[in-house]
Amino acid sequence: MPIDILMPALSPTMEKGTLAKWLKKEGDAIKSGDVLAEIETDKATMEVEAVDEGVLARIVVPEGSADVPVNQVIGLIAEEGEDLSAAASAAAAPDASAPASPGVVKPDDQVLQYERPGATAGAPLTTGTAEAFRGGKPLAVSAAGVSADGSGRVFASPLARRLASQAGLDLGAITGTGPGGRIVERDVRAAEKAPKVASAAPIAAASQPAAAPQLAASGKVPDVRNAAAPTAPDSVIKTMFEAGSYEEVPHDNMRKTIARRLTEAKGTIPHFYLSLDCELDALLALREQINASAGQSREGKPLFKMSVNDFVIKAMALALQRVPDANATWTERAMLKHRHSDVGVAVSIPGGLITPVIRRAESKTLSAISNEMKDMAARAKARKLKPEEYTGGTTAVSNLGMFGIRNFSAVINPPHATILAVGVGEKRVVVKGGAPSVATVMSVTLSTDHRAVDGALGAELLGAFKRLIENPMGMLV
Amino acid sequence: MADAYDVIVIGAGPGGYVTAIRAAQLGFRTAVVEREHLGGICLNWGCIPTKALLRSAEIYHYLQHPADYGLTIEGQVGFDPAAVVKRSRGVSQQLATGVGFLLKKNKVDVIWGQANVPRPGEVVVGPPKPDAAQPQNPPPKGTLGQGTYRAKHIIVATGARPRVLPGIEPDGRLIWTYFEAMVPKAFPKSLIVMGSGAIGIEFASFYRTMGTDVTVIEVLPQILPVEDAEIAALARKRFEKQGITFLTSTKVTQVRKGTDDVTATVEDAKGARQEIRAERLISAVGVVGNVEGIGLEKLGVQFERGLVKIDQFGRTGVEGLYAIGDVAGPPMLAHKAEHEGTVCVEAIAGRHPHPIEKAMIPGCTYCQPQVASVGMTEAKAREAGFELKIGRFPFAGNGKAIALGEPDGMVKTIFDAKSGKLIGAHMVGAEVTELIQGYVVAMNLETTEEELMHTVFPHPTLSEMMHESVLDAYGQVIHK
Repeated sequence: MPIDILMPALSPTMEKGTLAKWLKKEGDAIKSGDVLAEIETDKATMEVEAVDEGVLARIVVPEGSADVPVNQVIGLIAEEGEDLSAAASAAAAPDASAPASPGVVKPDDQVLQYERPGATAGAPLTTGTAEAFRGGKPLAVSAAGVSADGSGRVFASPLARRLASQAGLDLGAITGTGPGGRIVERDVRAAEKAPKVASAAPIAAASQPAAAPQLAASGKVPDVRNAAAPTAPDSVIKTMFEAGSYEEVPHDNMRKTIARRLTEAKGTIPHFYLSLDCELDALLALREQINASAGQSREGKPLFKMSVNDFVIKAMALALQRVPDANATWTERAMLKHRHSDVGVAVSIPGGLITPVIRRAESKTLSAISNEMKDMAARAKARKLKPEEYTGGTTAVSNLGMFGIRNFSAVINPPHATILAVGVGEKRVVVKGGAPSVATVMSVTLSTDHRAVDGALGAELLGAFKRLIENPMGMLV
Repeated sequence: MADAYDVIVIGAGPGGYVTAIRAAQLGFRTAVVEREHLGGICLNWGCIPTKALLRSAEIYHYLQHPADYGLTIEGQVGFDPAAVVKRSRGVSQQLATGVGFLLKKNKVDVIWGQANVPRPGEVVVGPPKPDAAQPQNPPPKGTLGQGTYRAKHIIVATGARPRVLPGIEPDGRLIWTYFEAMVPKAFPKSLIVMGSGAIGIEFASFYRTMGTDVTVIEVLPQILPVEDAEIAALARKRFEKQGITFLTSTKVTQVRKGTDDVTATVEDAKGARQEIRAERLISAVGVVGNVEGIGLEKLGVQFERGLVKIDQFGRTGVEGLYAIGDVAGPPMLAHKAEHEGTVCVEAIAGRHPHPIEKAMIPGCTYCQPQVASVGMTEAKAREAGFELKIGRFPFAGNGKAIALGEPDGMVKTIFDAKSGKLIGAHMVGAEVTELIQGYVVAMNLETTEEELMHTVFPHPTLSEMMHESVLDAYGQVIHK
C-alpha cells in the first residue's frame, strides 16, 4: 500500500495552508527526514519532512495550491518494491469532497438581533404587511443562523451553503429566516442582491463609512448585522475609484491573518489606554557600558550588542512579575493568570508584521534576550519562524521609535491582555526641582484589555515599568 | 348573545377542522361551524371515498390476472356495485365520526348550520340549508344550534364545489359530478368524463377497471394538465392500453340528454366535430370557491378569480377575518388547506410560523398507474430560465417493481444545474403517491443533489428509483 503524505497541521489552530513548493519530483527517492515540500501558513513558510522511506509516487496537490485543508492527501509515497504506477493509481484519488470550508463563525462574533414584528391580529392586507411578514424579518428569539449555545455553528441548508460559496458570501454575515433561524436559499439570494442595491445608490452615500445602513433602510436586506465585518462589499468599494487607477494585489495569507486578527481584536476587546514618559539617560549610560564590555567572537564581532528595545522587553517582563495580576488572559469563564512573562515583539517584515515571542523573558539575561531577538527577527524576515514561536505570549511590545514616532496606541494581540507602544527616545526639556533641564525622554502607551486589566492595575504595571527603565540596574540582578 | 370565542372557524373540512384543533391546542377557545358533514368534501365526497373505490378497483384488477402471480381462481370474479359503494361510504363514515371525536377531545365546539358574518367579530348561524324548503341535515349529537356567536378571530374555510359549465348542468341522473359518481346505483356501461385533472382521471380509472367504456375529453393538448408532459404522456399510454379513449385539445360544445343516455357534441382544435354517446357523463372541469352566502362582500373582503384574497398568514385585510384552504386560492388540495390553517392560527397566536411554500406542495393522483409530483415541471423550469439537469429512472430497472409485477413507470428529477437545487420531481407508476414525500422533505430542507446521492435508500424498495433518478441527473446512474 502506498503511504499518504498528508497536509500537516503546523499549529493547533491551522485549518488550511498553501502548498508553496514541492522540493521532490515524482519518482524521486525519499529518505526519512528529507524535506518534501514547503507549506505557507498564516505567517510562515514551513518545511514538510518525510517520515517514511520510498519513492515519491505521485504529487496529488500541485504546488501553488492555496487553502489546502489539513489532513488532505497531498502526495503518495510508494514503499520499497512497490509498483510505482500501481501505487499512484491505487490510492484514493484526491478527495473532491474534501471538507469544504465549514463556514464557522467564532462564538464571540457579535451578532445583532432583530425583532420580527408580532403577528398582530388582522393587520390590513393592503398596507403591504404581507411583504413585511415574509420570513425576511429576523427573529428576536435567537441570533439567527448562529447557534445560541455559543458553539459557533452556522445553521444553513445545504443549498444555502452551496449558493453562498458560489457567490463568495460569508454565511456568518447572513441572517437566517428559515426554521429556527436557519439560513435558507432566499436569505442567500437576498444577500447576493445587496451589493447591487448599494451600487445603485449615489456615490456620496456609498462613500460613508458603512454602506450597510443604506441597505437596511431599503428594507430588503436583513443581513447587515455582522459587527465584525462592517466593510462595504468589494464591488461597492471599487466603484469609488476610477477603473484602472489602481493595481489590485490579492491578499496573501499573512495579510488575511492580520486583517482577521486585528479586526477581531479591535471589535471584541475593550481597549483602554495609559500613557507615561520615562527618562532614558540612566538606561542609555548603562547600555553603553554593557555594550562596551561585550567580549568578541572568534570572527571579531561583539558577542552582544544591546538595543534600547531589549531593555524594554526585559523591563516589561519584570514589571509583569511585580504586578502579577496584569499578567493575565481573559476567557469567557475564567481569568488565566500567567506565571511567566512571555513577551511578544512586533517585527515589521516585508508584506506585514509578525510577533515572535520571547518566552520567560523575566528569567533571561539581557544578552540572551538581545541575541534571541536578533535571531528571531532575521528568521521572521525570511518567513521561517515556526508557528509555536509566534503564537501565544502574555503581552507584547511594539516600538516605532526608530521612525521618530513620539507616541501611539497599539492594538492588543490576543490572547494578550496588554501591549506596550514605545515611542522615540528624544531630548526634551523637563522640569526638575522647579527648574527646566534637559533629559532623554521616551513616551510609552499601554493598551489594556479592560476585561482583564482595569485602569488602576494598568497604571500600576506602567509605574513598575517606568521604575525599571529609569533604574536599569534593577534589570541586571 | 351566546358565548364569546377566541376563534370561530367556518367549515369543518380538512382545512377547517385541523385549523380548529390547532387553535384549541394553542389555548384558544374555539368553535367550528359546519352545515353538512364533519370532514368536508375531502372526507365525505372526495379524497377518502374515492380511495376506497379505487382500492376495490385495484384488487379487482389483480384478481382478473391471477396467473401473472402463479395463482388460480376457480369460478368467476365479480363485483357488487352496491357493496363497493357501501364500503366506500363506510370508510367516510368512520373517519367523519373520528373528526367529531377529535374536535370533542380538543374541546372545540361544533355549531351546526350555515354561517354568516354580518360584521367582524360576529357569526350568525342559521339553518344548515338556507332554503327552508330543502330537507335539513339533522345536527349530530352534542352540537350547538343556530344563534349569534362572537369571536375575536373568524376563519373562513368554506372550501369549494364542482364548477358547472353552462348547458351541461349536472342533473344528478345523467350528468354527474363527483357526488353522483361516488354513489352509483349501478356502474354504467359507457361513460364520458369531461376534464382530465385528478378528479376526472381517478373516476375514469375506477370505472374503466370496473368494465365501463370510458372516453375522457380534455380541452388542453395534455391529460393531467398540471403534471410534467413526459409523465402525463407515459400515464396516457398506460390508460390507453387499459382501454380508455382520450380526446385531447377537444371541447364539449353541447350535451343532449336522452332517456337513459347522453350525447355529447365535441369539437377538436381544427374544428372537426363528432358526437359521442354514453350512458352517463361526469363533469370534472374544476371547482369554484364557496365564497357566497357568508356576507364577505359586504365586509370589504377582496376577491381574486372568485376566491378570497389573503396574505401569507390567511389575513383578508378585514380586521379579525381570515380565510384558508380552497376558498382562499389554489392549489385546491386538502393538505394545503390544513397547513394554511395551521399557519394562520399560529400567526394569530403570535407565533412566528413560516409561510407556506406553494412550490413545495406535492400533488397526487390515485389512478392506475399513480401519478405524483412536487415542484416545477420540465417545461415550467425551462420557461423560468433554469439550466437543467434531468434524471430519469424507469420502473423496469428496479428489482422491487419487477417483483411486484409493476414494471411500468418512471421517476423523473429536475435540478437547477447551477446550484444543484431540486426544483421538481415527477413520478408515474405503482405506489408513487407514497414515495413523493421523500423528495418533498428534501426540497423543504433545501438539500442539493449531493445530499440525495449520499443518502442510503433501503433495498429492495421502489424508493431506490428516487436515488437512481438523482444519480442519472448527474450521469452516475447504476441500473439503467
